[in-house]
Amino acid sequence: MRRAALLVFALASVVDAAGAAAVTLKATLIGPQDDPRLERARLERATLGHPGGPAADGVQLALADAGFELEAAGAAIALSQAPARSVESARAAAIAAEKGGAALVLTDLPADWTLAVADAVTLPVLNLGAPDDRLRQQDCRPRLLHLLPSERMRADAIAQALVSRKWSKLLLLVGPSAPDQQRAAAAQASIKRYGLQLVDTRPFKLSTDPRERALANPLLLTAGQNYDAVWVVDTDGEFARGLPYRTVLPRPVVGDAGLVALAWHAQFERYGAPQVSRRFSKAVKRPMTDRDWAAWMAGKTLVALATAAPKGPNTAWAQALPRTTVDGAKGVALSFRAWDGQLRQPLLLTDGQGVVATAPIEGLLHPSDVLDTLGADAPEKLCKSAR
Amino acid sequence: MTLTTTRLLRCAAASLLLMLMLTAVARAQSPSGTVYVSSEKDDALTMIDLATLTVKGTIPTCKRGRHLQLTPERKLMLACSDSGVADLIDPASGQSMRHIPLGDDPEAFDLSPDGKTLYVSSEDDAAVVFIDIASGKRLREVKVGQEPEGVKVSVDGKLLYVTSEVASLVHAIDIASGKVVANIKVGKRPRRMAITPDGKELWVTCELDAGVTIVSTATHAVLANLKFEVKGARAQDITPVGIALARDGKRAFVALGRANHVAFVDVAARKVTDLVLVGKRAWNVALDKDEKRLFVVNGLSDDLSVIDVPAAKAIKTVPVGRVPYGVVVVE
Repeated sequence: MRRAALLVFALASVVDAAGAAAVTLKATLIGPQDDPRLERARLERATLGHPGGPAADGVQLALADAGFELEAAGAAIALSQAPARSVESARAAAIAAEKGGAALVLTDLPADWTLAVADAVTLPVLNLGAPDDRLRQQDCRPRLLHLLPSERMRADAIAQALVSRKWSKLLLLVGPSAPDQQRAAAAQASIKRYGLQLVDTRPFKLSTDPRERALANPLLLTAGQNYDAVWVVDTDGEFARGLPYRTVLPRPVVGDAGLVALAWHAQFERYGAPQVSRRFSKAVKRPMTDRDWAAWMAGKTLVALATAAPKGPNTAWAQALPRTTVDGAKGVALSFRAWDGQLRQPLLLTDGQGVVATAPIEGLLHPSDVLDTLGADAPEKLCKSAR
Repeated sequence: MTLTTTRLLRCAAASLLLMLMLTAVARAQSPSGTVYVSSEKDDALTMIDLATLTVKGTIPTCKRGRHLQLTPERKLMLACSDSGVADLIDPASGQSMRHIPLGDDPEAFDLSPDGKTLYVSSEDDAAVVFIDIASGKRLREVKVGQEPEGVKVSVDGKLLYVTSEVASLVHAIDIASGKVVANIKVGKRPRRMAITPDGKELWVTCELDAGVTIVSTATHAVLANLKFEVKGARAQDITPVGIALARDGKRAFVALGRANHVAFVDVAARKVTDLVLVGKRAWNVALDKDEKRLFVVNGLSDDLSVIDVPAAKAIKTVPVGRVPYGVVVVE
């Protein structure tokens, strides 16, 4: 009698488990081990557009936010983290994640490492950390989606802001690093796209050597031409930080200092943004940066997939992913571009103190979606891989 | 007293009488009352005279006032996000009567039919808090999805509906037990709600879905999703928030946010009959007693549009405070 009762209990619990049938959506976040971007001195500088802390913070906030929603849908998400020391170990971590049953891989890695991960697995990869245009263009991959805006999108947002102010004559100052050169090309393309005028492009160098002063002194660098604004391309950020108010003409600085185009700023006041920023800073005791927003959006994408199909399986989530829309607290539902996997989104123009404007600027027209005035558009056909 | 002064006095008396008579006539012809508008950045209510449609003054309030509602005793109640209180204001005196503590970052609220209990969404805590108005005591806290927003009490006062902007859910909460009895999946970013006068349908505006989700209050099933279309505006620019229903339940008025229009909806047919152009980011709406005029708060142009309802046309724009939010008509 007693044995029979036990058996029934056991059966009941089996039935229970099967009835709930919550399949856990597993995702693995791969980031660099001993991330040089997160060294104390760098974090203390709090340069706009640079990470303010680990990407996991943003993803975890999205999952914590969704506790109720996941429970109501009978869905579950498990996020694991895999630090990578090299491109090889990033690849190995991705392969291990796929073997371990992960549905998606999230990366906060340099462009080459991101590509290695995307090529190593058959899973969808969400890119949170690489803004490089080549990942959306010549090196795009069919299952690689991007949450962080591309460099071109940021440059286009600045160009639009300049158009709206009629500040059309520009002096471009470009740093010495390879990313500086690539990003300067993006800036020049945006200047051309929006019909602005480039009066001169000059290289700068971070130095106090009197023999190099023509390259290093802001007064000398900004003399000899008339212009409406100075556009500075400085991936490192140290030179750009010291440029505003040190130009020979009283002109605004844009680009990597002065007015900067970002996916997010903690002072954004509209569309419920303050609540998101407040939840983030409450959880991890630091302001929410644009990188954190991209990570938060990756988490929200996982939540959208899991709640829409709580039972999965992985293949169903992979299929649903490109058509998933997410709410990024920027006033519109955000979706992925079919041609390059980029999340289309408004950008914020900030001086670091507040949000001065948003892009797309008002009045700009586009045949299908005004958000596609930022970054590579479909007719350019820059991403050749089929999706 | 000279003859001239007597004449002057008589003349003055006569004109005074005439003025009084004229005022009386004017009163009889046009409604007397006040439109109150809360604004997020002024810590004040703007008062607009219903007859002349001009600003007649302001009332200082608690800080960052947003949701504004009339209590059953016809007092104004304003929830202030920064102060964390509800300001109870007597419209007759224009004075604050008392503050009721609401906790951190209160957003919207509703009152029990007897006016004794207040249900407020607390955005930061992802909860709905029940508060006894007389004592100001917190009676209960019910956890809900992130960023709870709109709060609505059912017609019989037994159920509480709360929207969660992040979870895209409407939670139905049994007031007596404080238990969530249903989670209703609606459109993206649900904001505000209205219940038809027969109590049968719950209309939920969905900001990022360009629509309204209509829910059966009996079964909690979604009956329909009404989508708005505005010529010249794309779906992503149609962001409905504020909603009001006519007393007979035949018409709904929905503010379409960044589409800068208000939609008049035939409730039974679930069809848009008119679209009225208003100011920037049309937010919350309120009707006057005769339902001849609809007042629309425009969050991004700091003004209030007045719509002539029978003509379906905006007839006047009145400048109000910075980032106006809620509106209530007292007649």
